[in-house]
Amino acid sequence: MSPARPEVSLPGLRPGVHWTRRVANRVAIGGCVLATALVVLPLALLVYRLLESGLHGLSLGFFLHMPKPVGEAGGGMANAIVGTLIVVGIGAAIAVPVGVAAGIYLAEYGRERLAGIVRYTADVLAGAPSIVVGVAVFGLLVVPMGRFSALAGGVALAVLMLPTVVRATEEVVRLVPASYRQAALALGAPSWIATLRVVLPAARAGVTTAALLAVARASGETAPLLFTALGNRFWSTHVDQPIATMPVMIFDYARSPYSDWNAQAWTGALTLLVLVTVLSALMRVATRRIR
Amino acid sequence: MTPTEPPLIRTEVPPARTAPRATDAGDGTAALEPAAHLAARGFGLRYGTHAALHDITFDIPEHRVTAIIGPSGCGKSTFLRAFNRMNDMIPNVSTSGELRVGSLDVTAPSTDVVSLRRRVGMVFQRPNPFPQSVFDNVAFGLRLLGLRRGPALEERVEASLRRAALWEEVKDRLDRSALQLSGGQQQRLCIARCLAVDPEVLLMDEPASALDPTSTARVEELVLELKGRYTIVVVTHNMQQAARISDRTAFLMQGRLVEVGDTRRLFTSPREKLTEDYITGRFG
Repeated sequence: MSPARPEVSLPGLRPGVHWTRRVANRVAIGGCVLATALVVLPLALLVYRLLESGLHGLSLGFFLHMPKPVGEAGGGMANAIVGTLIVVGIGAAIAVPVGVAAGIYLAEYGRERLAGIVRYTADVLAGAPSIVVGVAVFGLLVVPMGRFSALAGGVALAVLMLPTVVRATEEVVRLVPASYRQAALALGAPSWIATLRVVLPAARAGVTTAALLAVARASGETAPLLFTALGNRFWSTHVDQPIATMPVMIFDYARSPYSDWNAQAWTGALTLLVLVTVLSALMRVATRRIR
Repeated sequence: MTPTEPPLIRTEVPPARTAPRATDAGDGTAALEPAAHLAARGFGLRYGTHAALHDITFDIPEHRVTAIIGPSGCGKSTFLRAFNRMNDMIPNVSTSGELRVGSLDVTAPSTDVVSLRRRVGMVFQRPNPFPQSVFDNVAFGLRLLGLRRGPALEERVEASLRRAALWEEVKDRLDRSALQLSGGQQQRLCIARCLAVDPEVLLMDEPASALDPTSTARVEELVLELKGRYTIVVVTHNMQQAARISDRTAFLMQGRLVEVGDTRRLFTSPREKLTEDYITGRFG
């Protein structure tokens, strides 16, 4: 014997209203799903195309052998793979310490006038087209040295990595609670010790992510390397000599008139993608473990 | 905890006292007042043009607990932080008058802030252990002093944790992150971290206000245990807490010292009308 339900009458609520809301809801969700699909689609197409054209060229020899002259079958990109590691390594060795230090400076002393200039510079640099960076390093390093070199390539990549490392480090260091710093200072730690032993370790995961992200982005750059590292048909690990890199080699092979070179370009592109993906995955793992 | 234990570590600066140690046992007459350890003489502090503290003068006795009470924004935390120059980090702070720790002039430009802070430890309102292991937290100050590793370091870490009444709870998880401890344990860890460098003075800025009642009681017990060895200054919002743990109480309002005296006397027969109004809950 339940009491009679009181009659609810809401003014303006017409009977059909539920139906229209349901439709609006479906349309909105459908739009979101479609947009998500559009985001995933390019990557899916890219991976599909690379696998389709590049997978059959993949063999152990591709990683171990040197490029062969035109007309000879086989050959690999061993020199370019090693060259990419060297050039990216030089870039990271320059950009990561400098970028992290600058990021810490911005986070800890960010109110100073100089900090504003540094921050603005980093932002402008982040927007600079990579080919412009390549030309600049050509003028500053290649011309005085009298030749293209792995070093020049590394410097060009470092310039491209720097803004990402600087701004991302600043952000993550800023997130470290001020109370950690205060506690360290109250224990009699000088300011630099507080930064180095407390603040930086607390931000370690974020700084690692920032550095790897910058390195992963830069390892696929082609344009700045055309003017700096140039490329090399032969094995070279000298930093003062021109050096082969994967992006440049892919570029050269892709626009060559030889079909077996074209095929190798596809395989190279696939390898480069895998390389960058592995770097990103490493970044994720490193970040998670530290947390 | 016997007061005959040797100090954990000797700092380079020998503790300078203004007066010889006082003895509590009087010779038939009243017990002697212990020597003043910290002293403010006409001390004032400004944030830019805003004056936060005006002309504060009083002594803080050695090996006693002194509570500083007052309504929010009265300057009690600012005053506390002045003793180890933690206000230096805020831009545009200027001070006037004099502040002493023993014979050391705290605000003098020639004073080495780093060694001052080793003599004057600080515990903050919110527990702020570093996101490192329990052991590394306590060892932090010792490592700053050059004691990097080895059994000597381990002994001192253990002794500090024992003094902070935390050893039994954490001895099996020294390698675990300090952030896994409960709030009360974290606060006692912060106290242990301070004690490790063997300061003379412990400044506590509302050390229990972020803790639950049980943890608060443990921290209060700890304060009472530690006062035989350290001069303790506690800022608190909580008047009952001041009454429970302190020997002397200072009441601050709007940046001025209203009244200071023996805690029991101040709470039972305040001399100032403002003090009476505050402790009876008429405002604040």
